[in-house]
Amino acid sequence: MVEPVELHGLPFPMTAPSRIRNFSIIAHIDHGKSTLADRLLERTGAISERDMRAQVLDEMDLERERGITIKANAVRLDYVASDGETYQLNLIDTPGHVDFSYEVSRSLEACEGALLLVDASQGVEAQTLANAYLAIEGGLEIIPVVNKIDLPAAEPDRVAAELAGILGGSADEVLRVSAKTGEGIDELLEAIVDRLPAPEGDQAAPLRALVFDSFYDTYRGVVSHVRIFDGAIGQGDGLRFMATGLDTSADEIGIRRPRTEPVETLGTGEVGYLVTGVKEIDLIRVGDTVTHRDRPAAEALPGYREPKPMVFSGLFPTDGDDFERLRDALEKLRLNDSALIYQPETSRALGFGFRVGFLGLLHMEIVRERLEREYDLDLVATAPSVAYRVNLTDGETFMIRSPQDMPEPGKIASIEEPYVKAMIIAPATYIGTIMELAQSRRGEMGEMTYLSPERVELHYELPLSEIVFDFFDQLKSRTRGYASLDYEPADYRPSDLVRVDILLNGVPVDAFSSIVHRSEAYRYGKAMVERLRELIPRQLFDVPVQAAIGSRIIARETIKAKRKDVIAKCYGGDVTRKRKLLERQKEGKKRMKMVGQVEVPQEAFISALKLDQ
Amino acid sequence: MTPPVVRPDDPLLADEAARWASAYVHVPFCARRCPYCDFAVVVDGEPGADAGTDAYVEAVVAEIAMERPWGPLHAIAFGGGTPSRLSAVALGRIVGALRRRFGVVDGVEVAIEVNPEDWTDRFAAELLDAGFDRVSFGVQSFDAHTLAWLGRVHDPHQAEAAVVSARHAGFRSVGIDLIYGTPGEDLDRWVTTVRRALALDLDHLSAYALTVERGTALSRSILAGAPAPDPDQQADAYEAIGELAVAAGLVRYEVSNWARPGHHSRYNLATWGGAEFVAFGAGAHDHRDGVRARNVRRLDVYLDRVASGVRPRAGSERLDRAAADVERLVLGLRRVAGVRRDDLVERLVVDPAGRRLVAAGVLRVGPDRLVVERPLVTDEVSRAVLALVDRDPSVSGDDC
Repeated sequence: MVEPVELHGLPFPMTAPSRIRNFSIIAHIDHGKSTLADRLLERTGAISERDMRAQVLDEMDLERERGITIKANAVRLDYVASDGETYQLNLIDTPGHVDFSYEVSRSLEACEGALLLVDASQGVEAQTLANAYLAIEGGLEIIPVVNKIDLPAAEPDRVAAELAGILGGSADEVLRVSAKTGEGIDELLEAIVDRLPAPEGDQAAPLRALVFDSFYDTYRGVVSHVRIFDGAIGQGDGLRFMATGLDTSADEIGIRRPRTEPVETLGTGEVGYLVTGVKEIDLIRVGDTVTHRDRPAAEALPGYREPKPMVFSGLFPTDGDDFERLRDALEKLRLNDSALIYQPETSRALGFGFRVGFLGLLHMEIVRERLEREYDLDLVATAPSVAYRVNLTDGETFMIRSPQDMPEPGKIASIEEPYVKAMIIAPATYIGTIMELAQSRRGEMGEMTYLSPERVELHYELPLSEIVFDFFDQLKSRTRGYASLDYEPADYRPSDLVRVDILLNGVPVDAFSSIVHRSEAYRYGKAMVERLRELIPRQLFDVPVQAAIGSRIIARETIKAKRKDVIAKCYGGDVTRKRKLLERQKEGKKRMKMVGQVEVPQEAFISALKLDQ
Repeated sequence: MTPPVVRPDDPLLADEAARWASAYVHVPFCARRCPYCDFAVVVDGEPGADAGTDAYVEAVVAEIAMERPWGPLHAIAFGGGTPSRLSAVALGRIVGALRRRFGVVDGVEVAIEVNPEDWTDRFAAELLDAGFDRVSFGVQSFDAHTLAWLGRVHDPHQAEAAVVSARHAGFRSVGIDLIYGTPGEDLDRWVTTVRRALALDLDHLSAYALTVERGTALSRSILAGAPAPDPDQQADAYEAIGELAVAAGLVRYEVSNWARPGHHSRYNLATWGGAEFVAFGAGAHDHRDGVRARNVRRLDVYLDRVASGVRPRAGSERLDRAAADVERLVLGLRRVAGVRRDDLVERLVVDPAGRRLVAAGVLRVGPDRLVVERPLVTDEVSRAVLALVDRDPSVSGDDC
């Protein structure tokens, strides 16, 4: 057996894998994951109470504001256990929302265990369950934890029983903590050491490290988070990224406590960051395996399943000059968000932009907000759409992600739309409401299981487009926020879908075309023409605003011609002032788009789209 | 045999007026400020008002003496403010100063704006003696509610009586101003006002849409939630007066002005034609030697400056070619006579925006003139002209 010390000529600073525990926390939004992470950091001395800033791990403003975790993050804690030994605990943070299950699976890949954290007053939520199943499928050891036991409304016994029922264990194995007060944290730390397995791996084998997250730093280039499965990385080592073939070297390696701390070596089972100085973001992909250039591993670690975008939307800068900045920003976001796909798109109404694919609605919203905040862009998004499969009469089949790509109705043999398997967990009193909603959104009911006498798990198959539209919002509002939803792609099914075009003075306005179920076409068309009639300023002539399926008009409104637009009184004395007034009005006109001889302020299109969301 | 009377919309008249020299005198005094007015006025009790009208007249006469010689004048116009707040003797002094400084042509027009409540038979006689031949009453409305809303102090009968008196006194042209589109004034009430106006057998009629100017009491009350003028209501009112005025034998010759043939306002026709003019008084604007200049608005500052022998300028703008081009078309196209087809016009009518205006029936391209056929949307044309000049690389700005 070759000692790493001989490989690198360095002292042996690494922790033996038997004293390493790598774990994640799986929790629903608001169930206290970030607070628990803060408490673990504090209890292990990683951060002093005085420096404690609530939610230390949630770095992005957006995460703090929304109280959710978007990006995976890894922190090393040193814990002196009751056996007297010091253990290295690597807490790998995971996002809690359904849209980010791909990030969850990435984080879980780097772990041997997970804490399944559930709010003692809320019980298990659909998304938590979905992520817990991901962890179980991934072979992770699960420690069920009931949090917020200090709350007056807490029902730790009931929730512990629910967890035990789901995981198939006993309620006694469920830990009870209050991340807020610190109660039960010591027991939890002991359980992490006792119940979670130590990483396995061959310290002598060629290096295999998994890139499970990356971000871009303006000065240092791509910074990756890695988990060492075999071998070790030393500072200065010549490295190879196996999927892209990139040869580079370890400029710096280190860990986060949570402050960054460079180290000489990262050994088997350890987690840390890697800086190579590479700035080409395409060359370092999450899921890739890092090995040594001069002693490469024979086989890469199993890569991640590429996440599949399910929701598509056009993103356009409101200022056309920002197109290149948007491209640049998307490139940078894509670095650690491999689910983000995009391609240029041109709209008559909105100019140059991108058609962007997202995992779901929250993902879309987050990406948009990150683009706007972190890259200072002002964007407008077209109505989200899903990917449809079109079967043509000539036998050809292809996918469309934008209503623009839809062929002539005459050429279409059939259209299929994506369905999802949805799981809804809610108090039993809302069963009727939920069934009504799901039915109105073309849902087909599957199983229904009582998790407890008060809580029920319902299964549905629904068109994804309905979820993308407003299903989740409706579900939340009709159950006063008590229902939770998770979904996964199911299959494609034939559906009676049509493209509704919106015509301004007879000319289609591309940004407003939408593929909808035939039963919804009239409602969509009518709402859209009414909105545009209100937003588009009157012209010199009557302007029809129509909704059409192919050549058939299904709704119509008229923007009446403007009748008066003249300075009433203009005499010698105030010509200059009047000229300047007209000058200002003319500047406003520069931002107008011409659509079918109609002058439309860009803002009218933008407002029409914003109202949609 | 009398010579044929010239129509006010005659293109030859419009072109000729562009060469007339004229003078404007601003009289800023008012009993009170009307809620919609943003002109340079001084109401009783404001700075300078207590200095009295006599001091003002002396200052205007002194300012006239500071202007470079020019002329002879085709028109002299007094506006305000309320020129009828000055005595006829005082007004006559100013007219005399203008005549001496610049000279006048035979048949010079000497016009004054008058508030009906200031009118008496005696004032009429004195004005005629002072050389005035044209009077325009600020009637605004014959509807008592609308007058109250507009903050006017006269009543409808006073206005009618003033017009009749002026006619009998022997003024060459008698006209009135009206305001339409006051919120809440329905079409019937407006038509009643118009019929009462036309029953007076007017020589001249101006009708202006109520306009919300920034900083006025009207603007503030609308911001606070009061109803704003409605452009469709105003369009209805405009169309109504247009039909009734023409039926009464008046001829429209500018967006908001109608005249019986032979009774056009020379001063206004000159300024719409881009002719240069001198102007005197607080807040007055003039246009000479390619420069548009304006006087200080504050009466006390105006008096101080003139007293110290300094021209009371607040600012000026030398019109570069682009600005001159824009003004020529923007002002010229407000006239029914339109503008002569020159290079700029040729470019406008082939420009996409110009073509749209022609297609929409707003512009008509005649054999040698371009005219606006839908006066209510004239500003669409003005903005198209501005955009065209803006894009012209051969034109460069040199604002001073």
